Amino acid sequence: MNAFWIILTGTLVATSSGLLGAFLLLRKMSMLGDAISHAVLPGIVIAYLVAGSREPLPMLLGAAGFGVLATVLIEMLYRKARLQSDAAIGVTFTGLFALGIILISAFAGQVDLDLDCVLFGEIAYVPIDVWITPSGLNLGPRAVWILGGLLVLLLLLLGLGYKGLVITTFQAEYAAALGVSVSFWHYLLMSAVSVTTVVSFEVVGAMLVVAFMVVPPATAFLLTNKLQHMLALTVLLGLGTALGGYCLAAWLDASIAGAMSVVAGAFFLLALLLAPRTGYRHQLWQR
Amino acid sequence: MNTFLSDPNAQAVVAGVMLLGASAGLTGTFTLVRKRALLGDAIAHAMLPGVCLAFLLTGQKNPAWLLLGALVSGWLSLLSMDFIARHSKLKPDTAIAIVLSTFFGLGIVLLTYIQHSGYGDQAGLDKFLFGKAASLTIQDVLVFGWVAAFIVGVVLVFFRAFRMLAFDFDFAAAAGMPVRLLEFVLATITVLVVATGIQAVGVVLMAALLITPAAAARFWTDRLWSMAGLSALLGSTAGLFGVGISALAPAMPTGPWVVVWLSVAAAVSALAAPRRGILARSALRRRNARKMERENVLKAFYQLQEANPLQLTAFSKEDIQERGYFRYSILRKTLARLRRLGLVEVVSQLRWQLTDKGLGESRRVVRLHRLWELYLSHKLGMADDHIHDSAEAIEHLLTPDMEKRLLEELCYPARDPHQSEIPYDDPLRSQNTAL
Repeated sequence: MNAFWIILTGTLVATSSGLLGAFLLLRKMSMLGDAISHAVLPGIVIAYLVAGSREPLPMLLGAAGFGVLATVLIEMLYRKARLQSDAAIGVTFTGLFALGIILISAFAGQVDLDLDCVLFGEIAYVPIDVWITPSGLNLGPRAVWILGGLLVLLLLLLGLGYKGLVITTFQAEYAAALGVSVSFWHYLLMSAVSVTTVVSFEVVGAMLVVAFMVVPPATAFLLTNKLQHMLALTVLLGLGTALGGYCLAAWLDASIAGAMSVVAGAFFLLALLLAPRTGYRHQLWQR
Repeated sequence: MNTFLSDPNAQAVVAGVMLLGASAGLTGTFTLVRKRALLGDAIAHAMLPGVCLAFLLTGQKNPAWLLLGALVSGWLSLLSMDFIARHSKLKPDTAIAIVLSTFFGLGIVLLTYIQHSGYGDQAGLDKFLFGKAASLTIQDVLVFGWVAAFIVGVVLVFFRAFRMLAFDFDFAAAAGMPVRLLEFVLATITVLVVATGIQAVGVVLMAALLITPAAAARFWTDRLWSMAGLSALLGSTAGLFGVGISALAPAMPTGPWVVVWLSVAAAVSALAAPRRGILARSALRRRNARKMERENVLKAFYQLQEANPLQLTAFSKEDIQERGYFRYSILRKTLARLRRLGLVEVVSQLRWQLTDKGLGESRRVVRLHRLWELYLSHKLGMADDHIHDSAEAIEHLLTPDMEKRLLEELCYPARDPHQSEIPYDDPLRSQNTAL
């Protein structure tokens, strides 16, 4: 049963992150997910200090706030100070992450946050933390409920905002000419990325969020040219990654989050080498 | 602080972090101008599996083996990113993110595998995640010193070639320069500096040591030499500050404080640097906006004078506002500024008129506007109803030199395409040619 809950959790994270990541990839902002997942750290620590415990809501707010702050800072460095975009991203997320570590060190006595946990979480503890109703009914792991809720919200957002997201992704100028607010969709996507990162982070850590956000969409991108196929493939790959990662971790007795990243990378490598028409094997054949 | 600095271990930490900051700042300059700033981040993360594998293979924490492992896997990550970017339709930033998360995941798998398998001597391997700047030893510092010297040497020898690589890649390749070899050299010093740096500040923050000082230096100069020097200086200064904080408050981690100081330097530079800083840019924008407002109000005066049959020269604010469609608040401020500059004066309580100086200035603006319209119409053959907007913008930008050339090119014309008179300071100027 534990294995089931862990794989389900992994799949939920993979689906939420992957769907957002597909849009990040198409907007050429893959590293932004990485940046935000690091930059939310001070927000989480501050929320922890204010709330005094790991209450999910304050942490969510704190992290979402810093996620958006990071995006604003990056935009400001890029647009107002004309710093090249990769440097703007690098300066912002490392600075905020360093601030987070300093806050953890400064309030070491009051903050029960493990730095290793921040990076690669502890998905293995998911089945232990169950949600029991006052009447004593065991509803299963809390993380599954939270991540499931997040996924429903995201699917709602994607369903309702699909047109806006797609048009601002592929034809930003055309969208602007039609009067669609490009920056509204940008910040909406960024907020969704921040919230997803935070909700997933406690369970799987920042690194796995990044892995799920970038690697399955990139793999799917190599395999198809259609957005809807790409989204569907991303979800399937996420499921496969969660499953394979769990098995690998169980076999090696190693970090599940790490193993899932490795499996995601392995799928990517296969696609890179063997994809029909675009894979490396095909390129060699063409030569 | 004095007792702190007399302690040889503390001296080692100071020297080590400063050397590291300088070499990372120097190397980062070139990765930044090559638009590969985030490469360092991926390389740093990708070194974890190499470190763990080196430990698994040798069974000991010999720094030389661990460093070798880090170098090899850092290199492999670089090759992988290159391969992905070359052989797929993915963009370089996606390639960086993929390699980063996959290699790091592998590193975490190996690290936890080692921890769970109960290897005796494994404690401390995870120092590679967040660094151990506070416990640098004399040996570490010697290594940092050699690395720094090597990097300075490489940069001195290859400076011109690196510059060419960054700014004229295609030209360098076409001119037969060994661009692949040069990229290899640059990549090697990057991998080298990251491999030594992660021991001090850890994989996550290593990127900052490469990116932030170079990004901060970029705001102050356009010359690669001074940028590299400034970046190295910033890197080592931040190193000193970071160690200082840890010395004053022992609970404080060194690496993150180094990064925070670097971020502060970058933020100050982005805001306050002359010319490229945000403040300087917005001041310039404001100056330009004020100049346009002034010139537009002067132009409105001229047009009012020109249009009224009674030869009036003094007008109310409302007249001016109606003529030039100004926002009232802007008109009020602009009039006050023009008055301070001696270009307009108040004749009666509510009426304003141009001074002689102001009249000359307003003539100049109108002249430029009409000259440009004429130029577009006669020399470029544009339709007469399409030229006004362009002239509205360009009248604020034309220099006296350009004005002179336009006048010569158009032979001191008397009227613009809309048959309005082109005003000259010396009324005789336009008499010789009638268009």
